[in-house]
Amino acid sequence: MAIKSLDELRKIREASAKKVNLRETGNSSEDIIEVLIGMATCGIAAGARETLNTFIDEIDKKDIKNIRVIQVGCMGYCHSEPTVQVNIPGNSPVLYGNVDEKMAIDIIEKHILNNELLDENILIKTFEKA
Amino acid sequence: MSKIRSHIMVCGGTGCVSSSSEEIISSLKSELKKNGYDKEIKVVKTGCFGFCGQGPIVKIHPDNVFYVKVKPEDAKEIIEEQIIKGRKVERLLYSEPVTDIKLDEYSKMNFYKKQYRIALRNCGLINPEDINEYIAFNGYEALGKVLTEMTQDDVIKVIKDSGLRGRGGGGFPTGLKWEFTKRSINDQKYIICNADEGDPGAFMDRSILEGDPHSVLEAMAIGAYAIGANHGVIYIRAEYPLAIHRLEIALKQARELGLLGNNIFSSDFNFDIEIKFGAGAFVCGEETALIHSVEGCRGEPTKKPPYPAESGYNGKPTCVNNVETFANITSIINKGSKWFSSIGTEKSKGTKVFALAGKVNNVGLVEVPMGTTLREIIYDIGGGITDDKDFKAVQTGGPSGGVITKADLDTPIDYESLKSIGSMMGSGGMIVMDEDNCMVNIAKFYLEFTQDESCGKCTPCRVGTKRMYEILDRITNGEGVPEDIDKLIELGNMIKDTALCGLGQTAPNPVLSTLHYFREEYEAHINDKKCFTGTCKALAKYSIDPEKCIGCTACARKCPVDCISGSPKEVHVIDQDKCIACGACYDACKFDAVIKP
Repeated sequence: MAIKSLDELRKIREASAKKVNLRETGNSSEDIIEVLIGMATCGIAAGARETLNTFIDEIDKKDIKNIRVIQVGCMGYCHSEPTVQVNIPGNSPVLYGNVDEKMAIDIIEKHILNNELLDENILIKTFEKA
Repeated sequence: MSKIRSHIMVCGGTGCVSSSSEEIISSLKSELKKNGYDKEIKVVKTGCFGFCGQGPIVKIHPDNVFYVKVKPEDAKEIIEEQIIKGRKVERLLYSEPVTDIKLDEYSKMNFYKKQYRIALRNCGLINPEDINEYIAFNGYEALGKVLTEMTQDDVIKVIKDSGLRGRGGGGFPTGLKWEFTKRSINDQKYIICNADEGDPGAFMDRSILEGDPHSVLEAMAIGAYAIGANHGVIYIRAEYPLAIHRLEIALKQARELGLLGNNIFSSDFNFDIEIKFGAGAFVCGEETALIHSVEGCRGEPTKKPPYPAESGYNGKPTCVNNVETFANITSIINKGSKWFSSIGTEKSKGTKVFALAGKVNNVGLVEVPMGTTLREIIYDIGGGITDDKDFKAVQTGGPSGGVITKADLDTPIDYESLKSIGSMMGSGGMIVMDEDNCMVNIAKFYLEFTQDESCGKCTPCRVGTKRMYEILDRITNGEGVPEDIDKLIELGNMIKDTALCGLGQTAPNPVLSTLHYFREEYEAHINDKKCFTGTCKALAKYSIDPEKCIGCTACARKCPVDCISGSPKEVHVIDQDKCIACGACYDACKFDAVIKP
């Protein structure tokens, strides 16, 4: 299919950009929301991988920009795996415990999009940012 | 599960491919498959990251972790630790040479911190074999803008105002070259991309073509529109198979999307590109010689004028630009001439890519703003001299340039300042030399190259460089005579003044500049028959210090020609007539008793 106009080019760009935007987050983490998912052995056993994939899926579905989902090692809260930490620039980091797929969707809809904390599931609210 | 959550970028530049990055890719893929992760993690082969000394490079997004010197057998650990458990593989992280601190993110590394990437912007970021990735990072936007919104003169004005100058070495203003070619009235014009990278040690053009081929194709189309050409030629040496392969893929994909061909972006502009192979001759970097070679004639230069802008390929107006020059064009169109001219020095705008090689810790490809000092490039980006040795000189401009010594390390680099200290920008080769390099031998090396590459058309270059080489050869063999120095200077200046093209006019530079800065080394070779560094084997006379020798016989046992005599516990002696100066005794001695020449 030939590109006939700048608009057509830009359409291809938007579609392609989605596939590579993972790479753009690399350099400045200043204004980027980070979702850190504990992926140590116990986390994975408790379903962290499904949680991680739900995050990726939802972010893609809702087309949220400036966000990156990063898997990290053990965060030390084995009793509440899977654990997820949300870093929104300018706010103190929030750590959630027992994050299953349903809660992952809640975190995105409430916390990330509307800045409402899910108080019941918070493990720790203020601590040094990882 | 179809959403990709992580990209593993593996360097697919020639340097990393030759240290088995292809095998790394296949091991990563098979490990992913084995663990059931192949649907959520993508392995991407990219262009050169520039950090060739640390290759093969593997970078992981979005975690932003940068692994160096990766081997195929490391794939298992990377997948099991990084991908499955989110833990970094510490041993594969890069450690800074001076501080020895392990760094995970490349933005923290000194090597990348001082760089500013325009020409190399996509290298290591995109898959060069996928046009959609290039488009994702703003590709072909500039061409679309040019064809739908700008006149030919608008384009030329932007390039002129940007201050971009030819990156192949000449430093001629690119906008002006385009203007001259546009002004020549003719029914047929051509645009040629000079990808005949011949400077020993330089590989930026190859890396750009391998890592971001579309940036060159798009810029050629823009240039062709500006000058009124509809046919482009990429003249590339056949020794660059990977670059050729990726160019062919890029051309095919661009044609499929109608970005090359007829009525591009629904305009009246038609343009296509063909690839012509060169046999790898240094002289074919000279534009008239290049054009003759494209025509199928001998690669010999002709005198200018007429300039190719009036009469070039097939006698028609032709514009020849270098790969790196083209790689700057689309960014200038997209971001404007003001943005570009804000970078760099008064007369040299933008950035320059240098191929850092020789005795420096971080060998690789670096792109810095014009005006960066040599010290910053060698010490901050390059990480200093290997094995903590002393810096002696750096050769810029390849065989056409000259040496720069410690005294000029703080010179801000641009076209003019390098010329004023007796060297030149050239295409950006930068070879760092330490205390162990013999300058006479370095000069001989470059002259051997130029006299071999001389096309033979004009006498000063054909015979002159040969004679200079013979003199240097004599000096390094211990047969130099005091008159040789004056003869070299006289001959060198004569060749510079009378040779037909740039090759001959610059060939004596390495000799003249080493003579200027290191005359005492030449004199030592000629008068004292001494080579301080031990490089010139004929002059290297090893001897044994009788005070220090304890008679351990270690040297005599190592000597391959049995020229060391002496019994145990007695002082040993080297028979200098038989000595082949291999240095084995020097390495064998534990008491520092062997004196290096």
